[in-house]
Amino acid sequence: MLTERVTKLINGMLAGQKNSLAQLISLAENDSPDLPEIIKMLHPHRGKAYCVGITGPPGGGKSTLIDRLTATIRSKGWSVGIIAVDPSSPISGGAVLGDRIRMNQHYLDEDVFIRSMATRGSHGGLSKAVASTVKLLDASGKDIIIVETVGVGQTELSIKQMADTLVLVLVPGYGDALQVMKAGSIEVADIIVVNKADYQGAERLVNELRATLTPNRRGHEQSIITTQAINGIGIGELYQALDQRRKKR
Amino acid sequence: MRHKKIRVLIAKPGLDGHDRGAKVVAQGLRDAGMEIIYVGLRLTPEQIAEAAIQEDVDVVGIDCLSGAHMALFPKTVSLIREKGGENILVVGGGTIPKKDIPKLREAGIAQIFGPGTPIEEIVKFIETTLGKRGNDNQD
Ligand SMILES: Nc1nc2c(ncn2[C@@H]2O[C@H](COP(=O)(O)OP(=O)(O)O)[C@@H](O)[C@H]2O)c(=O)[nH]1
Ligand SMILES: [Mg+2]
Repeated sequence: MLTERVTKLINGMLAGQKNSLAQLISLAENDSPDLPEIIKMLHPHRGKAYCVGITGPPGGGKSTLIDRLTATIRSKGWSVGIIAVDPSSPISGGAVLGDRIRMNQHYLDEDVFIRSMATRGSHGGLSKAVASTVKLLDASGKDIIIVETVGVGQTELSIKQMADTLVLVLVPGYGDALQVMKAGSIEVADIIVVNKADYQGAERLVNELRATLTPNRRGHEQSIITTQAINGIGIGELYQALDQRRKKR
Repeated sequence: MRHKKIRVLIAKPGLDGHDRGAKVVAQGLRDAGMEIIYVGLRLTPEQIAEAAIQEDVDVVGIDCLSGAHMALFPKTVSLIREKGGENILVVGGGTIPKKDIPKLREAGIAQIFGPGTPIEEIVKFIETTLGKRGNDNQD
Protein backbone atom coordinates (compact mmCIF):
# COMPACT_ATOMS: atom_id res chain seq x y z
CA MET A 1 0.00 0.00 0.00
CA LEU A 2 1.33 3.37 -0.97
CA THR A 3 1.16 6.21 1.50
CA GLU A 4 -1.08 9.16 0.84
CA ARG A 5 2.01 11.23 0.11
CA VAL A 6 3.25 8.90 -2.63
CA THR A 7 -0.20 8.56 -4.18
CA LYS A 8 -0.41 12.34 -4.30
CA LEU A 9 2.97 12.51 -6.01
CA ILE A 10 1.90 10.01 -8.65
CA ASN A 11 -1.32 11.88 -9.36
CA GLY A 12 0.56 15.15 -9.40
CA MET A 13 3.12 13.80 -11.82
CA LEU A 14 0.46 12.45 -14.16
CA ALA A 15 -1.20 15.88 -14.04
CA GLY A 16 2.07 17.41 -15.23
CA GLN A 17 3.46 18.78 -11.95
CA LYS A 18 7.22 18.93 -12.11
CA ASN A 19 7.74 19.04 -8.36
CA SER A 20 5.90 15.72 -8.04
CA LEU A 21 7.98 14.12 -10.77
CA ALA A 22 11.14 15.48 -9.11
CA GLN A 23 10.20 13.98 -5.75
CA LEU A 24 9.37 10.62 -7.29
CA ILE A 25 12.82 10.64 -8.91
CA SER A 26 14.29 11.21 -5.44
CA LEU A 27 12.48 8.11 -4.23
CA ALA A 28 14.07 6.23 -7.13
CA GLU A 29 17.49 7.70 -6.36
CA ASN A 30 17.25 6.71 -2.73
CA ASP A 31 15.93 3.24 -3.54
CA SER A 32 12.75 3.77 -1.56
CA PRO A 33 10.86 0.61 -0.52
CA ASP A 34 7.83 2.10 -2.31
CA LEU A 35 9.63 2.10 -5.66
CA PRO A 36 8.47 -1.27 -7.06
CA GLU A 37 4.85 -0.38 -6.33
CA ILE A 38 5.23 3.08 -7.90
CA ILE A 39 6.74 1.63 -11.06
CA LYS A 40 3.98 -0.96 -11.24
CA MET A 41 1.28 1.67 -10.89
CA LEU A 42 2.80 3.75 -13.64
CA HIS A 43 3.15 0.87 -16.05
CA PRO A 44 0.01 1.67 -18.08
CA HIS A 45 1.32 5.19 -18.67
CA ARG A 46 4.64 4.07 -20.10
CA GLY A 47 6.07 2.77 -23.30
CA LYS A 48 6.39 5.56 -25.79
CA ALA A 49 9.67 7.22 -24.98
CA TYR A 50 12.80 6.73 -27.06
CA CYS A 51 15.85 6.46 -24.81
CA VAL A 52 19.32 7.58 -25.90
CA GLY A 53 22.42 6.88 -23.81
CA ILE A 54 25.34 9.28 -24.27
CA THR A 55 28.62 8.16 -22.84
CA GLY A 56 32.34 8.81 -23.15
CA PRO A 57 35.36 10.15 -21.32
CA PRO A 58 34.98 13.21 -19.07
CA GLY A 59 35.38 16.57 -20.78
CA GLY A 60 34.55 15.19 -24.23
CA GLY A 61 31.63 17.56 -24.62
CA LYS A 62 28.72 15.24 -23.79
CA SER A 63 26.73 17.79 -21.82
CA THR A 64 27.31 20.48 -24.43
CA LEU A 65 26.25 18.06 -27.14
CA ILE A 66 23.09 17.17 -25.20
CA ASP A 67 22.32 20.86 -24.81
CA ARG A 68 22.52 21.44 -28.57
CA LEU A 69 20.81 18.20 -29.47
CA THR A 70 17.96 19.08 -27.11
CA ALA A 71 17.47 22.38 -28.94
CA THR A 72 17.16 20.48 -32.21
CA ILE A 73 14.83 17.86 -30.74
CA ARG A 74 12.64 20.62 -29.30
CA SER A 75 12.50 22.37 -32.67
CA LYS A 76 10.89 19.20 -34.03
CA GLY A 77 8.28 19.37 -31.28
CA TRP A 78 9.37 16.44 -29.09
CA SER A 79 9.59 16.78 -25.32
CA VAL A 80 12.83 15.79 -23.61
CA GLY A 81 13.88 14.26 -20.29
CA ILE A 82 17.57 14.36 -19.39
CA ILE A 83 19.34 12.32 -16.72
CA ALA A 84 22.89 13.59 -16.24
CA VAL A 85 25.15 11.36 -14.16
CA ASP A 86 28.49 12.50 -12.74
CA PRO A 87 30.79 10.60 -10.39
CA SER A 88 30.68 10.88 -6.60
CA SER A 89 33.92 11.49 -4.78
CA PRO A 90 35.13 8.15 -3.43
CA ILE A 91 36.59 9.96 -0.44
CA SER A 92 33.77 12.17 0.84
CA GLY A 93 30.85 10.52 -0.93
CA GLY A 94 29.83 14.01 -2.08
CA ALA A 95 29.80 15.30 -5.64
CA VAL A 96 29.84 18.45 -7.71
CA LEU A 97 27.45 17.77 -10.56
CA GLY A 98 28.46 19.96 -13.48
CA ASP A 99 26.32 18.82 -16.39
CA ARG A 100 23.27 21.00 -15.88
CA ILE A 101 25.33 24.16 -16.15
CA ARG A 102 25.86 23.39 -19.87
CA MET A 103 22.13 23.24 -20.49
CA ASN A 104 20.80 26.49 -19.06
CA GLN A 105 19.01 27.60 -22.22
CA HIS A 106 16.42 24.91 -21.47
CA TYR A 107 15.65 25.61 -17.80
CA LEU A 108 12.40 27.40 -18.48
CA ASP A 109 11.20 25.15 -21.30
CA GLU A 110 8.05 23.44 -20.04
CA ASP A 111 8.87 20.41 -22.17
CA VAL A 112 12.38 19.79 -20.93
CA PHE A 113 13.09 18.16 -17.58
CA ILE A 114 16.69 17.88 -16.41
CA ARG A 115 17.86 15.80 -13.47
CA SER A 116 21.44 15.50 -12.22
CA MET A 117 22.49 12.35 -10.45
CA ALA A 118 25.63 11.24 -8.64
CA THR A 119 27.00 7.72 -9.02
CA ARG A 120 27.08 7.18 -5.23
CA GLY A 121 29.58 4.41 -5.37
CA SER A 122 27.62 1.34 -6.20
CA HIS A 123 27.32 0.45 -9.85
CA GLY A 124 24.23 -1.69 -9.37
CA GLY A 125 22.52 1.01 -7.32
CA LEU A 126 23.15 3.60 -10.00
CA SER A 127 21.86 1.42 -12.81
CA LYS A 128 18.67 0.75 -10.90
CA ALA A 129 18.16 4.43 -10.05
CA VAL A 130 18.72 5.44 -13.67
CA ALA A 131 16.45 2.71 -15.02
CA SER A 132 13.66 3.75 -12.64
CA THR A 133 14.11 7.42 -13.49
CA VAL A 134 13.85 6.61 -17.20
CA LYS A 135 10.52 4.91 -16.45
CA LEU A 136 9.29 7.88 -14.43
CA LEU A 137 10.20 10.34 -17.20
CA ASP A 138 8.53 8.08 -19.74
CA ALA A 139 5.35 7.89 -17.64
CA SER A 140 5.40 11.67 -17.27
CA GLY A 141 5.05 11.88 -21.04
CA LYS A 142 8.55 12.69 -22.25
CA ASP A 143 9.04 11.67 -25.89
CA ILE A 144 12.81 11.38 -25.84
CA ILE A 145 14.98 10.57 -22.83
CA ILE A 146 18.70 11.23 -22.84
CA VAL A 147 21.01 9.64 -20.26
CA GLU A 148 24.52 11.06 -19.87
CA THR A 149 27.12 8.92 -18.14
CA VAL A 150 30.89 9.02 -17.88
CA GLY A 151 32.22 6.09 -19.83
CA VAL A 152 33.45 3.53 -17.37
CA GLY A 153 32.83 0.12 -18.88
CA GLN A 154 30.24 -1.45 -16.60
CA THR A 155 27.92 1.53 -16.57
CA GLU A 156 27.92 1.65 -20.37
CA LEU A 157 26.83 -1.93 -20.55
CA SER A 158 23.90 -1.34 -18.25
CA ILE A 159 22.97 1.90 -20.03
CA LYS A 160 23.15 -0.05 -23.26
CA GLN A 161 20.51 -2.37 -21.89
CA MET A 162 18.07 0.35 -20.95
CA ALA A 163 18.72 2.67 -23.91
CA ASP A 164 17.33 2.17 -27.39
CA THR A 165 20.46 3.75 -28.84
CA LEU A 166 23.91 4.24 -27.33
CA VAL A 167 26.10 7.15 -28.45
CA LEU A 168 29.79 7.18 -27.62
CA VAL A 169 31.43 10.60 -27.65
CA LEU A 170 35.17 10.68 -28.37
CA VAL A 171 37.55 13.55 -29.05
CA PRO A 172 40.76 13.85 -31.06
CA GLY A 173 43.82 13.36 -28.94
CA TYR A 174 42.05 10.89 -26.73
CA GLY A 175 44.42 8.34 -28.20
CA ASP A 176 44.64 6.17 -31.23
CA ALA A 177 41.91 3.76 -32.14
CA LEU A 178 43.67 0.94 -30.35
CA GLN A 179 43.40 2.79 -27.07
CA VAL A 180 39.81 3.55 -27.82
CA MET A 181 39.26 -0.17 -28.32
CA LYS A 182 40.83 -0.84 -24.99
CA ALA A 183 38.34 1.51 -23.42
CA GLY A 184 36.00 -1.27 -24.32
CA SER A 185 33.01 0.77 -25.26
CA ILE A 186 33.38 0.95 -28.99
CA GLU A 187 31.73 -2.32 -29.77
CA VAL A 188 28.58 -1.56 -27.87
CA ALA A 189 28.03 1.91 -29.34
CA ASP A 190 25.45 2.41 -32.08
CA ILE A 191 26.68 5.86 -32.98
CA ILE A 192 30.18 7.16 -32.42
CA VAL A 193 30.49 10.92 -32.28
CA VAL A 194 33.88 12.50 -32.84
CA ASN A 195 33.34 15.81 -31.06
CA LYS A 196 35.69 18.80 -30.90
CA ALA A 197 36.31 18.40 -34.60
CA ASP A 198 37.71 21.93 -34.49
CA TYR A 199 40.79 20.31 -32.93
CA GLN A 200 43.53 18.72 -34.96
CA GLY A 201 43.38 15.01 -35.45
CA ALA A 202 39.63 14.63 -35.84
CA GLU A 203 39.92 13.31 -39.35
CA ARG A 204 42.61 10.87 -38.33
CA LEU A 205 40.47 9.56 -35.50
CA VAL A 206 37.52 9.12 -37.85
CA ASN A 207 39.69 7.18 -40.29
CA GLU A 208 41.01 4.96 -37.55
CA LEU A 209 37.52 4.33 -36.30
CA ARG A 210 36.35 3.46 -39.81
CA ALA A 211 39.17 0.99 -40.18
CA THR A 212 38.33 -0.54 -36.85
CA LEU A 213 34.61 -0.73 -37.39
CA THR A 214 34.36 -2.23 -40.87
CA PRO A 215 33.21 -4.83 -41.56
CA ASN A 216 30.20 -4.52 -39.29
CA ARG A 217 30.20 -7.32 -36.87
CA ARG A 218 27.05 -9.25 -36.24
CA GLY A 219 25.09 -6.98 -38.53
CA HIS A 220 25.43 -4.24 -35.91
CA GLU A 221 25.26 -1.07 -37.94
CA GLN A 222 27.39 1.67 -36.47
CA SER A 223 27.55 5.27 -37.62
CA ILE A 224 30.34 7.77 -37.14
CA ILE A 225 29.41 11.43 -36.90
CA THR A 226 31.74 14.40 -36.60
CA THR A 227 30.59 17.33 -34.47
CA GLN A 228 31.63 20.60 -32.90
CA ALA A 229 29.11 20.78 -30.10
CA ILE A 230 30.29 24.16 -28.95
CA ASN A 231 29.71 25.62 -32.42
CA GLY A 232 26.50 23.72 -33.08
CA ILE A 233 28.07 21.88 -36.02
CA GLY A 234 27.00 18.33 -36.88
CA ILE A 235 24.04 18.35 -34.51
CA GLY A 236 21.51 18.04 -37.33
CA GLU A 237 23.33 14.97 -38.60
CA LEU A 238 23.32 13.40 -35.15
CA TYR A 239 19.62 14.13 -34.85
CA GLN A 240 18.97 12.48 -38.22
CA ALA A 241 20.91 9.38 -37.23
CA LEU A 242 18.97 9.13 -33.98
CA ASP A 243 15.66 9.76 -35.69
CA GLN A 244 16.31 6.95 -38.17
CA ARG A 245 17.02 4.57 -35.33
CA ARG A 246 13.98 5.75 -33.44
CA LYS A 247 11.77 4.95 -36.41
CA LYS A 248 13.37 1.55 -36.90
CA ARG A 249 13.21 0.46 -33.30
CA MET B 1 20.39 0.34 -0.51
CA ARG B 2 21.47 3.88 -1.40
CA HIS B 3 21.87 6.52 1.25
CA LYS B 4 20.04 9.76 0.99
CA LYS B 5 22.40 12.67 0.51
CA ILE B 6 21.87 16.34 1.13
CA ARG B 7 21.43 17.93 -2.31
CA VAL B 8 22.36 21.58 -2.76
CA LEU B 9 21.87 23.87 -5.75
CA ILE B 10 24.41 26.67 -5.95
CA ALA B 11 23.76 29.61 -8.23
CA LYS B 12 24.73 33.20 -8.78
CA PRO B 13 21.76 35.24 -9.85
CA GLY B 14 22.21 38.57 -11.55
CA LEU B 15 24.98 39.97 -13.63
CA ASP B 16 28.10 40.10 -11.49
CA GLY B 17 31.07 38.50 -13.05
CA HIS B 18 32.95 35.97 -10.98
CA ASP B 19 32.07 32.82 -9.15
CA ARG B 20 35.26 31.89 -7.37
CA GLY B 21 33.63 32.12 -3.94
CA ALA B 22 30.63 30.06 -5.01
CA LYS B 23 32.93 27.37 -6.42
CA VAL B 24 34.93 27.19 -3.20
CA VAL B 25 31.71 26.70 -1.23
CA ALA B 26 30.56 24.03 -3.71
CA GLN B 27 33.78 22.09 -3.19
CA GLY B 28 33.63 22.52 0.56
CA LEU B 29 30.11 21.15 0.73
CA ARG B 30 31.09 18.26 -1.52
CA ASP B 31 33.96 17.45 0.83
CA ALA B 32 31.36 17.34 3.61
CA GLY B 33 29.55 14.63 1.65
CA MET B 34 26.84 16.70 -0.02
CA GLU B 35 25.79 16.60 -3.66
CA ILE B 36 26.09 19.98 -5.32
CA ILE B 37 24.35 20.97 -8.51
CA TYR B 38 26.44 23.85 -9.66
CA VAL B 39 24.63 26.09 -12.14
CA GLY B 40 26.94 29.06 -12.14
CA LEU B 41 26.57 32.62 -13.23
CA ARG B 42 23.96 34.93 -14.65
CA LEU B 43 20.77 33.02 -14.06
CA THR B 44 17.42 34.66 -13.42
CA PRO B 45 15.55 33.90 -10.17
CA GLU B 46 13.06 31.97 -12.23
CA GLN B 47 15.72 29.75 -13.82
CA ILE B 48 17.19 29.06 -10.39
CA ALA B 49 13.80 28.23 -8.88
CA GLU B 50 12.91 25.90 -11.74
CA ALA B 51 16.25 24.11 -11.50
CA ALA B 52 15.82 23.71 -7.74
CA ILE B 53 12.41 22.09 -8.25
CA GLN B 54 13.52 19.68 -10.98
CA GLU B 55 16.58 18.66 -8.99
CA ASP B 56 14.49 18.28 -5.80
CA VAL B 57 17.25 19.82 -3.73
CA ASP B 58 17.17 20.27 0.02
CA VAL B 59 19.07 23.54 -0.09
CA VAL B 60 19.53 26.44 -2.49
CA GLY B 61 22.57 28.64 -2.00
CA ILE B 62 22.50 31.95 -3.85
CA ASP B 63 25.44 34.25 -3.97
CA CYS B 64 25.43 37.87 -5.02
CA LEU B 65 28.20 40.44 -5.15
CA SER B 66 26.55 43.03 -7.34
CA GLY B 67 24.43 44.70 -4.69
CA ALA B 68 21.21 43.51 -6.31
CA HIS B 69 20.47 41.00 -3.54
CA MET B 70 17.41 42.90 -2.26
CA ALA B 71 15.75 42.38 -5.60
CA LEU B 72 17.11 38.95 -6.45
CA PHE B 73 17.04 36.97 -3.19
CA PRO B 74 13.39 37.49 -2.15
CA LYS B 75 12.27 36.95 -5.73
CA THR B 76 14.14 33.63 -5.89
CA VAL B 77 12.59 32.42 -2.64
CA SER B 78 9.06 33.36 -3.63
CA LEU B 79 9.40 31.61 -7.01
CA ILE B 80 10.75 28.47 -5.34
CA ARG B 81 7.74 28.45 -3.00
CA GLU B 82 5.34 29.16 -5.86
CA LYS B 83 6.67 26.20 -7.83
CA GLY B 84 6.08 23.87 -4.92
CA GLY B 85 9.40 23.90 -3.09
CA GLU B 86 7.86 24.63 0.31
CA ASN B 87 10.58 22.84 2.24
CA ILE B 88 13.66 23.99 0.40
CA LEU B 89 16.11 25.77 2.67
CA VAL B 90 17.40 28.94 1.00
CA VAL B 91 20.64 30.54 2.16
CA GLY B 92 22.52 33.51 0.76
CA GLY B 93 26.08 34.64 0.43
CA GLY B 94 28.09 37.53 -0.88
CA THR B 95 28.63 41.09 0.14
CA ILE B 96 25.42 41.84 2.01
CA PRO B 97 25.25 44.91 4.29
CA LYS B 98 24.17 44.08 7.84
CA LYS B 99 21.16 46.36 7.64
CA ASP B 100 19.66 44.27 4.84
CA ILE B 101 19.79 41.00 6.72
CA PRO B 102 16.54 41.31 8.74
CA LYS B 103 14.58 42.05 5.59
CA LEU B 104 16.12 39.12 3.77
CA ARG B 105 15.31 36.87 6.72
CA GLU B 106 11.75 38.04 6.60
CA ALA B 107 11.66 37.20 2.90
CA GLY B 108 12.63 33.63 3.66
CA ILE B 109 16.42 33.58 3.34
CA ALA B 110 17.25 31.40 6.33
CA GLN B 111 20.81 32.62 6.76
CA ILE B 112 23.36 34.94 5.15
CA PHE B 113 27.01 33.90 5.03
CA GLY B 114 29.39 36.77 4.41
CA PRO B 115 32.68 36.49 2.53
CA GLY B 116 35.22 34.35 4.34
CA THR B 117 32.68 32.36 6.36
CA PRO B 118 34.39 29.09 7.28
CA ILE B 119 32.87 26.23 5.30
CA GLU B 120 32.37 24.26 8.53
CA GLU B 121 29.94 26.92 9.69
CA ILE B 122 27.86 26.57 6.53
CA VAL B 123 27.92 22.77 6.73
CA LYS B 124 26.85 22.88 10.36
CA PHE B 125 24.03 25.31 9.66
CA ILE B 126 22.67 23.17 6.84
CA GLU B 127 22.96 19.92 8.74
CA THR B 128 21.38 21.21 11.94
CA THR B 129 18.58 23.08 10.16
CA LEU B 130 17.65 20.10 8.00
CA GLY B 131 18.03 17.79 10.98
CA LYS B 132 15.85 19.89 13.25
CA ARG B 133 13.02 19.84 10.77
CA GLY B 134 12.94 16.08 11.03
CA ASN B 135 12.94 13.83 8.09
CA ASP B 136 10.37 15.67 6.05
CA ASN B 137 11.32 13.80 2.94
CA GLN B 138 11.11 10.37 4.52
CA ASP B 139 13.42 8.96 1.91
N1 LIG C 1 36.87 23.19 -28.73
C1 LIG C 1 35.71 22.60 -28.43
N2 LIG C 1 35.33 22.54 -27.14
C2 LIG C 1 34.16 21.92 -26.85
C3 LIG C 1 33.34 21.33 -27.85
N3 LIG C 1 32.28 20.79 -27.26
C4 LIG C 1 32.41 21.02 -25.93
N4 LIG C 1 33.55 21.71 -25.69
C5 LIG C 1 34.05 22.16 -24.37
O1 LIG C 1 34.55 21.05 -23.66
C6 LIG C 1 34.41 21.27 -22.25
C7 LIG C 1 33.70 20.08 -21.60
O2 LIG C 1 32.38 20.04 -22.08
P1 LIG C 1 31.24 19.21 -21.36
O3 LIG C 1 30.05 19.32 -22.23
O4 LIG C 1 31.11 19.63 -19.95
O5 LIG C 1 31.86 17.75 -21.42
P2 LIG C 1 31.41 16.39 -20.67
O6 LIG C 1 32.26 16.27 -19.45
O7 LIG C 1 31.70 15.30 -21.65
O8 LIG C 1 29.96 16.52 -20.37
C8 LIG C 1 33.62 22.57 -22.12
O9 LIG C 1 34.53 23.60 -21.83
C9 LIG C 1 33.01 22.76 -23.48
O10 LIG C 1 32.77 24.11 -23.79
C10 LIG C 1 33.78 21.42 -29.23
O11 LIG C 1 33.15 20.95 -30.17
N5 LIG C 1 34.99 22.05 -29.45
MG1 LIG D 1 28.93 16.30 -18.59
